[in-house]
Order: sequence, then C-alpha cells, then structure tokens
Amino acid sequence: MKDIFVLIEHRRGEMRDVSIEMLCGAAGLGGTVVAVLFGKDVDAFAEKAAGYADKVLYVNDPMFENYNSEAYQKALSALIKEHNPGLVLIGNTAQGIDLAPALAVELGAPLVTDITALEMDSDKPKPTRQFYGGKLDAHMVMKDADLYILTVREATFQAGEPSKSGEIVKVDNPVKEEITYRKFVEYVEPEVGEVDITQSTMLVGVGRGIREDKNLPIVEELAKVLGADLAASRAVVDAGWLPADRQVGISGKTVKPKLYLAVGISGAFQHVTGMKGSEVIVAINKDPDAPIFGIADYGIVDDLFKVVPKLTEKIKELKGL
Amino acid sequence: MNMVVCVKRVPDTAESEVHIDASGKDIEKSRLSFGINECDNYAVEEAIQIKERLGGTVTVISLGPKENDEVIRMALAKGGDEAIRLEDEAFDGSDGFAVAKALAAAIKDLEYDIVFTGALADDDGYGVVPAALGELLGVPHATYVKKVEILEDGKRARVGRELEGGLLEFLEIELPCVLGIQTGINEPRYASFKGIKQAAKKEITVKSAADLGLDPSEVGEAGSWAVLEKFTPPVVGEMAEILEGDPEETAAKLAAILKEKGLV
Repeated sequence: MKDIFVLIEHRRGEMRDVSIEMLCGAAGLGGTVVAVLFGKDVDAFAEKAAGYADKVLYVNDPMFENYNSEAYQKALSALIKEHNPGLVLIGNTAQGIDLAPALAVELGAPLVTDITALEMDSDKPKPTRQFYGGKLDAHMVMKDADLYILTVREATFQAGEPSKSGEIVKVDNPVKEEITYRKFVEYVEPEVGEVDITQSTMLVGVGRGIREDKNLPIVEELAKVLGADLAASRAVVDAGWLPADRQVGISGKTVKPKLYLAVGISGAFQHVTGMKGSEVIVAINKDPDAPIFGIADYGIVDDLFKVVPKLTEKIKELKGL
Repeated sequence: MNMVVCVKRVPDTAESEVHIDASGKDIEKSRLSFGINECDNYAVEEAIQIKERLGGTVTVISLGPKENDEVIRMALAKGGDEAIRLEDEAFDGSDGFAVAKALAAAIKDLEYDIVFTGALADDDGYGVVPAALGELLGVPHATYVKKVEILEDGKRARVGRELEGGLLEFLEIELPCVLGIQTGINEPRYASFKGIKQAAKKEITVKSAADLGLDPSEVGEAGSWAVLEKFTPPVVGEMAEILEGDPEETAAKLAAILKEKGLV
C-alpha cells in the first residue's frame, strides 16, 4: 500500500475534529499515514497531528492563513505529485467539498464524496455513502486508478488517543505564483437572537413535516405547555418560518437539552449532528423509515397533526393546566 | 451579466418511504412526485434576481429525459431566457463527475459570467458539480454560497460561503466563475401564470453526447469516478422504542414516559 495523505483542516486557530478522525481511520488501512497541513504558524497543529500519523508534511505560509481553494488546490496537488500517495482523505466539510472535486479533476483521480464507511479491496477503496438524505446506503465501486480521493463525513471514524510520534517535516510552500482568482475577505458570525437554544433544557424541533407556517401554532402550543423552546431543521429556517438562530445542525447550533422532541423531522445527518447529544430524544414522524427513528429513544409513527394536539392535551392534564 | 443555471429533476423523498427496486441499484419511483432539486430552485432565483438588477440573460440547462422539461419550463417561466436539455442513453448512471463533464461540454461555448448550480443534489448528495465544473471550464468556483454581490467593476463578485456552525466566509472571486448555491440564500418566487404561458411556447434545445463532442466512454457509468454496486437499507443503531396505538393512545403513552423521566 502506498502512502495515505490526510488533509488536516483547521479554522481560526482550531484544528477540526474530522482531521484526527481521518488520521485514526487511515491508521487501520495498511499504508503509511501522512498528515498534510497548510497554514500560517501551525507548528502546534503539526505536533498534534504527529501523535496520530507516521509522518507530517507541513507548510507555514501566510498564503494559508485562511482557507482558499485556489491556494490549497495548488499546494496539495504539488505535494501529491511529489510524494505519489495512493489515497487522499479530505473532510467532507464546507472546505473539503469546495476543494476535493476540483483537485480530483485536475489530477485525474477518482473521487467519492461524503463517505460514511470504508473498506479496502487490496489498495482500492470500496466506500459506502448515503443517498436520499440518509434513507439508503449506497455501496460504491471506484474506477481503477493509481490515486483515489475520498471526502469523509464527520464522525465516520472514531478519534482515539494519540499513539504515534510521526516524523515532522516542514516543507517550503510549493506554490510560487501569486493567488489571483480567489481572495479571502472575512468571516461573519451568525446573528444572535432572543433565545439561545444551546442553553435550553427542553426543545421541540420542528421540520419539513409541518408543511406551512400557518401550522406552527400546533408545535408552539406543545412547546409552551412543556416549557420548551422551539428549534428547527434547515428546511423550516430556509422557508423563513423561524429565524436562523433556531436552526439545529451542522450549519446551525449544536444542542444538548434534556429533551429533544423532533416533530416532522426526517433526521438527515446534517440535523442529527446538531442534536444527537440530547439526553432523551423523541420523534414523531409519519415515515417509519425516517432516519430520525434510528437515533431517537422513543418514536411515534403517525401524522403529527393528529398526535401533537393530543400530546399537548395529555401534558396539560398531567400538569393540571 | 450572462448567466447559466444548471437544474436537476429529482424525486421528492423527504417525506416519503423509499424502497429499493428489484435491480438493487435504484429505487421504486412510480409513487414518488418529482420536482426541481431544492438548492437548484434557489440557484434559479439568484440568477433571475441578478438579471433583474443588472440585466443580461439566463440560460437554463438540465441533464435528463423529456420529463425534465417541466422543471426547465418552470425556470423559464420565472425569467429564464433560453434552455438546453442534455439527453442521451450514454449519460445513464453518471456520477457527479460525469454530469459535470456533460454540463461543461454544453457550457464551454456559451458566453457567461456566472454559472449557477445547486450546492448539493437531494437524491445522490454528491456535491461534486460546482467545484468539478469550475475546474473543467478552467474558471474559479465557490460552493455552499449563501450570498452573492457583483462588485462595481462587473469583473468580480463578493461571495459568502456557509461554513459549519452558520459562520459565513466572505471571499472575492473573479468572473467568470461557477457558484454552487446553498438553500436559504433568497426567497424563490412562484412563476406567474403569464410566465408559465410564455414559457410553454419557448423552444428547448436538445443535445446528445455526440452533439457535445463527447465520446460515450467519457460520460455515464463509463466516464464516472465510481458506480453504484447496490443499495442497502441504512444500518441504524438501536431503533427507537416505537409507541403503538391510535394518536390518543400514543400521546398518552408518551406523556406518561415524559412524566416518569421527570420531564413534565
């Protein structure tokens, strides 16, 4: 097995979890694990990565202070051409999915994105990914090649404890020309609203199943009698029915309430990632195959418009309201 | 601004049960409704809003069979000017890369400032097209785009990308470019009755792989990075304890559980 490159992802001075997860996952695949890191003053990240890798190749250059697909693609493809790895793992993140397809086209290397499991057939990856918002697993067969690229969904591999002390190699920035097409400008923080759902002890999460904003009072009433705050899936926020600061998931908030009552939420991983740490998860959804039932503790497979008003009634009775 | 918008027709599975068909490589689609891919709907709106602000044209492109015309005509009805549909048996089984190759072949001879695509497809979820298409066309790209502002010189755009945790990353990108649009960037309009009537009369140019100068080995399964071996139901952890009964009963059972756990 040739080397396995793992692209280390970091943002605003923090190394992202998916980086360590991929290094740990790569360790079981049989090749030399090489952490590849681009940044400005990232010696500390190189040290950290060395605890999980056989080797760390890293570049310190102001060009990589913030992610830029143009700079990253040029640098990574140069190192790949020089070191000739057999497999490159990149996080399936906002950064990775902006980078990997263009890199794969440039290098003529087959790519499978957003993998959720990985087997190797000698040197050839046989990844699994999901279709239809997590409703089916798709087993993929990649075209024969010398180099494969995979983008890996967060939490696909488990991060372990550091157990290696890889050789750390600082390399010169292989990108000599100026970066011209794309320039990083700034980060803008999400707006802060009235309710901070990350602090709520109980949340009623509402999803696409609510169908129209005029149906929202059904869940608002339930939240009110429970003493819970309302949270939402992406679809509800995109439609403008609830403000963005109520969104739970990868592109929203991560919440850990005592109770998360998911109403009409199918449970796409983007949402689940933000709420799976809740103590008790209850799901109400009419689709028995909805992925949400795979992570919920209790489930009701039925029409939310029939169940939720009844539930509100029963809780009122219990509370003597 | 001359713009191209790539749209995909997909089955709506968000609220429906999905069943694997006899081949093991597809799903039973007869009882599903179809429509425009969600991100693409926002991409269409973004292109039309820019056209309304700055002028120019919007060309709609879709890869797929005749049924895709419905999705294309809806985009025309909202303000699209021209439409191209890429149809060929050779395109069957395409992954994101093979789709991007067909789209690139159709777009490369058009005059464009921005190519819009959705950031992600609701069905396969590859997310490959925006970045792959940019590379194939030899122009810069950005995906997960949640904000687009054309700068005054008309040669660059200020683009906001959605990162994890809702953080936005702003960058300046040179035109022409490819932008993969994320949902929620705007409020997609409904087509007007007048628009729908006008769109019905518009011609949709159909192009085959040969028309695009593509060899069948470059597209479809043959030209893909990977092919689907089979679908299986997802491996779930321990399933939820499902409460049985009519709504009256299940609601009572759930309320009792919440009380027992001290949550009520």
